[in-house]
Amino acid sequence: MNVNNILETIKMIEEEKLDIRTITMGISLLDCIDPDIDKACSKIYDKITSSAKDLVKVGNEIETEFGIPIVNKRVSVTPISIIGGATDADNYLKFAETLDRAAETLGVDFIGGFSALVHKGYTKGDEILIKSIPEALAKTKKVCSSVNVGSSKCGINMDAVKQMGEIIKQTAELTKDTQGLGCAKLVVFANAVEDNPFMAGAFHGVGEADKVINVGVSGPGVVKIALEKVKGESFDVVAETIKKTAFKITRMGQLVALEASNRLGVPFGIVDLSLAPTPAIGDSVAHILEEMGLEVVGTHGTTAALALLNDAVKKGGVMACGHVGGLSGAFIPVSEDAGMIDAVMKGSLNLEKLEAMTAICSVGLDMIAIPGDTSASTIAAMIADESAIGVINNKTTAVRLIPAPGTKVGDIVHFGGLLGYAPVMPTNKFSSFDFIQRGGRIPAPIHSFKN
Amino acid sequence: MKAILTVLGQDKVGIIAGISHELQELNINILDVNQTIMQGYFTMIMMLDLEKSGKSFEDIKNSLVLKGESLGVNVKIQREEIFNSMHTL
Repeated sequence: MNVNNILETIKMIEEEKLDIRTITMGISLLDCIDPDIDKACSKIYDKITSSAKDLVKVGNEIETEFGIPIVNKRVSVTPISIIGGATDADNYLKFAETLDRAAETLGVDFIGGFSALVHKGYTKGDEILIKSIPEALAKTKKVCSSVNVGSSKCGINMDAVKQMGEIIKQTAELTKDTQGLGCAKLVVFANAVEDNPFMAGAFHGVGEADKVINVGVSGPGVVKIALEKVKGESFDVVAETIKKTAFKITRMGQLVALEASNRLGVPFGIVDLSLAPTPAIGDSVAHILEEMGLEVVGTHGTTAALALLNDAVKKGGVMACGHVGGLSGAFIPVSEDAGMIDAVMKGSLNLEKLEAMTAICSVGLDMIAIPGDTSASTIAAMIADESAIGVINNKTTAVRLIPAPGTKVGDIVHFGGLLGYAPVMPTNKFSSFDFIQRGGRIPAPIHSFKN
Repeated sequence: MKAILTVLGQDKVGIIAGISHELQELNINILDVNQTIMQGYFTMIMMLDLEKSGKSFEDIKNSLVLKGESLGVNVKIQREEIFNSMHTL
């Protein structure tokens, strides 16, 4: 019995906000396909509610027995465009409502997979699904949606990029009562991963097993406190400290994932090694970067600091668990991170710097409020830029923007809960309209041809 | 099943007696004990064997937390694996 180790673990959980951010059960809906949408919905509801009936209970049991908070329990499903394509329905709201009802019955926090993969082109199901997104997000509470518009193998589908600009605007408009909250449940990806446990971008890929358990860890607070102890030391020491801390955090994820997998009788998929912040004090990725010596995140040096952090987290985490997957890296959402919010308010962090940061972290422009009158083509152009970063650098990038209706630069948009709040940030005032109107596909980069 | 019990709080007469008595009531065997005063705080860590206790983990946890409250100390019980997995390969 090592007293110091025991007290260290307890301190990480109690004071440094170490938690398991999510246990996500991926469920394949391929066996629910039916030409009749009502029958398909009924099969979907039955499959989800029977497969995950013990998910919340088991999550709570693990939390009680191990004393580690498990913040969210979630479900991800096969992209609904694939299921919907077999029906003759011309609107998929029914699917979204079915998912929402299933999530409500289970008591899970979110359900992801109202999704379409259109990085090379659209099927009928993709077209209908994407058109259904605004209404689906406005009329459901727990459903999350994602669309993959680019991949390193296929390039960028600029028709989809253009359309997603419009879909985001429509979603904001339909959810204007909540300042565009619907957009917080919609992610546009390049190189989307099939085993991501985090929302809003989780879906259950077609290459996955029938059911799988994926776990996302968190713990920016633990890394920050560990770095406080090596103030002024070289980056060699910083990297080593982050690696060791990430190892410990990830071991928790592995333990919880295996335990959940055993108890639910569902195979273990992956642990996602992400540092996921929350708006709570002491749970910020931005504060880790500032601990490295930046006065306010966003200043010169931020990209280098984030690169080191992201890499060291992976190196520490990889050895700590059997299978690593998902997004795995540091998340840099604005509204969900107290340090990022402060940095925007202080004028240190702008969209251009955030874009640079997305080139070396695990996701993209995440939970950023922009003025309500931002045009669809400007939003599409932001998606195009992010997709380009992902496609060329062989990484996942994502865009989750909220053009909060009626807001202007400097206003604050409140989303509530883990989604936090965000100051409305200025976008470039010059037009990208003609660029976006072209449509077509941006070809895959030369270095994708590896065969 | 083995578990780690941690008791933290202001030192006073009867903490060990109170906790041990509660463990006896629950038919839980104490395998190891470490107790010290750390920065003025009573700090005790026990390794427990829950095998013979007929109660569920949740019931055990609730009884011990309640006992802690009556003694004015913070009591936590966690399965041993969480500490092993974090600190040993």
